[in-house]
Amino acid sequence: MSSIYRTLTGGTLRDIALACLAVWFIGLSYGAIAVASGFPLWVPAAQSVLVLAGASEFLFIGIVAAGGNPLAAALAGLLVNARHLPYGLALPDMTGPAVTGRRWRRLLGSHVMNDESVVFALAQEDLPRKRAAYWACGLGVLVCWPAGAILGALIGSVIRNTGAFGLDAMFPAVILALIMPALRDRVTLRAALAGAVIALAATPFLPAGLPVLLALAGVLIVVITRPASRPASPPASPPASPPASRGAAR
Amino acid sequence: MKDPTLVVAGLLTLSAGTFAFRFSGPLLRQRIAFPPWASRLLETAAVVLLAALIATTALTKGHGFAGLARPAGVLAGGVLAWRKAPFLVVVLAAAATTAVLRLLGVP
Repeated sequence: MSSIYRTLTGGTLRDIALACLAVWFIGLSYGAIAVASGFPLWVPAAQSVLVLAGASEFLFIGIVAAGGNPLAAALAGLLVNARHLPYGLALPDMTGPAVTGRRWRRLLGSHVMNDESVVFALAQEDLPRKRAAYWACGLGVLVCWPAGAILGALIGSVIRNTGAFGLDAMFPAVILALIMPALRDRVTLRAALAGAVIALAATPFLPAGLPVLLALAGVLIVVITRPASRPASPPASPPASPPASRGAAR
Repeated sequence: MKDPTLVVAGLLTLSAGTFAFRFSGPLLRQRIAFPPWASRLLETAAVVLLAALIATTALTKGHGFAGLARPAGVLAGGVLAWRKAPFLVVVLAAAATTAVLRLLGVP
């Protein structure tokens, strides 16, 4: 993995480190919330390593703590995590060719696929940088998320009311900051807003997790508006700038 | 906590299923050749899912409204992110805004 440091620019590495630090912070609140909800330390610890997907873990803890069946909670978590399937379809190959003996790399490479590593990979311009960003962020999260969750569970008895510190606002803020470069593309922004509205409208009626998947219908906005918007958009930006959504801030 | 055996079963189900999602995406991609517009569409799909995740985690709690403090904090973070503020500033501002609002009695 030493090539990560040669391939990525300092700015990207710093952003990845900050994202991992934020993940560590959120892990703290997650571990604390889990323990405060009545779970023993091993539940957030095992989940943070084996599931490694924050939103679904919060959901699992929340449903079980509210009296839900753990298997139903797992299914709800799986609905939230189903987004990893289109992630894998959207990314170019992050693990390299499937050479024998490299199987561990493919397995680990799949496991470290998460919201942050995917966003950082998509923000890079060429394949070597995409791979380096993916692995740097993925491995960073693999360390920081469990480390934060375990420490959070340990100090969970001290911070009784995590809501008082606004920790619940951190998770959506982290994801929002990460997709902001992509949102500067107007068509992507419109699709994202449509998806958000669909998910919010569906939330009162559907089980947790389903509204987020239903939001995929927002992608239809791209299909509808793309042919019309392309010739209509004036070349206000320099002609060299790529039309893609990525990398505006990095 | 509920029956530990059931919790372990749920935990393992979630772990195994999540890994299956992560593993099968790249695998399917190798089998199917994607034209650029399809990749672009899938990239948008990922952003749309994340935007929906933001909206639901920022605004809702269970099946209802989460209260004003949390979305206000996320909004503060979002404005800072739009203005290209450093990442940590965005995240800490979101938490601080929510915390201060709750201190003032906003739900």
